Amino acid sequence: MNIVGGLRGIGKRVVNAVWRTGYGARFFVMTLRYSGMSFRRFRLTVREIFFSGVLSLIIILVAGMFVGMVLGLQGYETLKRYGSESALGSLVALSLVRELGPVLAALLFASRAGSAMTAEIGLMKATEQIDAMELMAVNPIARVVAPRFWAGVISMPLLAALFSAMGVFGGYVVGVVNIGVDEGSFWSQMQASVDFQHDILNGVIKSLVFGLAVTAIALFEGYDAPPTAEGVSGATTRTVVESSLAILMLDFILTAFMFQGA
Amino acid sequence: MERTTLDLWVGVFVVAGIAALVVLALKVGNLSTYNVSESYQLQAHFTNVGGLKPTASVRSAGVLVGRVVSIVLDTSNYDAKVTMSIDKRYQFPKDTFANILTSGLLGEQYIGLIPGGDDKMLQNGDEFKKTQSAVVLEDLIGKFLYNSSDAKK
Repeated sequence: MNIVGGLRGIGKRVVNAVWRTGYGARFFVMTLRYSGMSFRRFRLTVREIFFSGVLSLIIILVAGMFVGMVLGLQGYETLKRYGSESALGSLVALSLVRELGPVLAALLFASRAGSAMTAEIGLMKATEQIDAMELMAVNPIARVVAPRFWAGVISMPLLAALFSAMGVFGGYVVGVVNIGVDEGSFWSQMQASVDFQHDILNGVIKSLVFGLAVTAIALFEGYDAPPTAEGVSGATTRTVVESSLAILMLDFILTAFMFQGA
Repeated sequence: MERTTLDLWVGVFVVAGIAALVVLALKVGNLSTYNVSESYQLQAHFTNVGGLKPTASVRSAGVLVGRVVSIVLDTSNYDAKVTMSIDKRYQFPKDTFANILTSGLLGEQYIGLIPGGDDKMLQNGDEFKKTQSAVVLEDLIGKFLYNSSDAKK
């Protein structure tokens, strides 16, 4: 293998990546620009909220419940050493509302709804439905992409809130009902440490940003997928990988901004 | 436009999501303890506030009567000026003591009010004349060590 060929390969990959980034940014701006229709004909968006939000409910609720239960068990084991079992409530609630709720709900959302979005749009493209819309002078971004985007942005904070609420309930079941931590101190310590603005609203902002990132990535990957069976499967995999990484990186950045020094 | 079962499910989802947010705000968070009832503001100067923070509670006889609004350094005599809002239902005599106390050994700090016997009550914007600063544990340990080494001589 000669050196020139290797260098050419690297250069091609880099140029391709930059190209895709630019195309993705333009796609995102176009989605925002043509999103008027998803609010004027809100029924389109409602339909997509059903597919991405309502159908994710079961997995979010069950996962939230179990995460809360695990937090209750592990937190109790650790806090017991310091004789401060009564702080279990604030441990469970703070970790759920600040971090685990938004992040885990977004990861589940990416693999449950994001991958489905990519596969659907990729397949629409492969079967030339997107081209057919353009031929009929229907803008596919306004008709297909934007409603899905806004559905994801609307669903995500609600799902994260449900995840956190379910998790707190799970922690309550294990901590108070099973282990027997005092119920009064469980709730009062929780309320003393969780601040509405600082913790709950920041969690909602996080989940909004994650919802935006996941749906934008999923839709772009679907729209950009090569119109073959292989292309669609590759795009679906990339959606899950890229949006999971994006969630974790964005989480670090947002946490650094929100909770520094406080 | 006619209603479909899909609308029902989306409605259920949105209502459940908003309900979860409300539960988080009221049951998990401290929104319910923010008093919406009328309040008046009182001030107190402390030489050291220790770990007192805004939104810390103000208690009298252990009952929550208000919250700390702000803590600023008063540069006229370099002590801390603490503003607190007290529930209108509770009036305190002019010679009330304001102490910074700690709940438990390592718990959070709050302001404890010990009422005096004056006939006149504190009005909005008035100041507690008698205050006692936070007990700083390091100072206390330092003094203890210093004193015990003195006593040995």
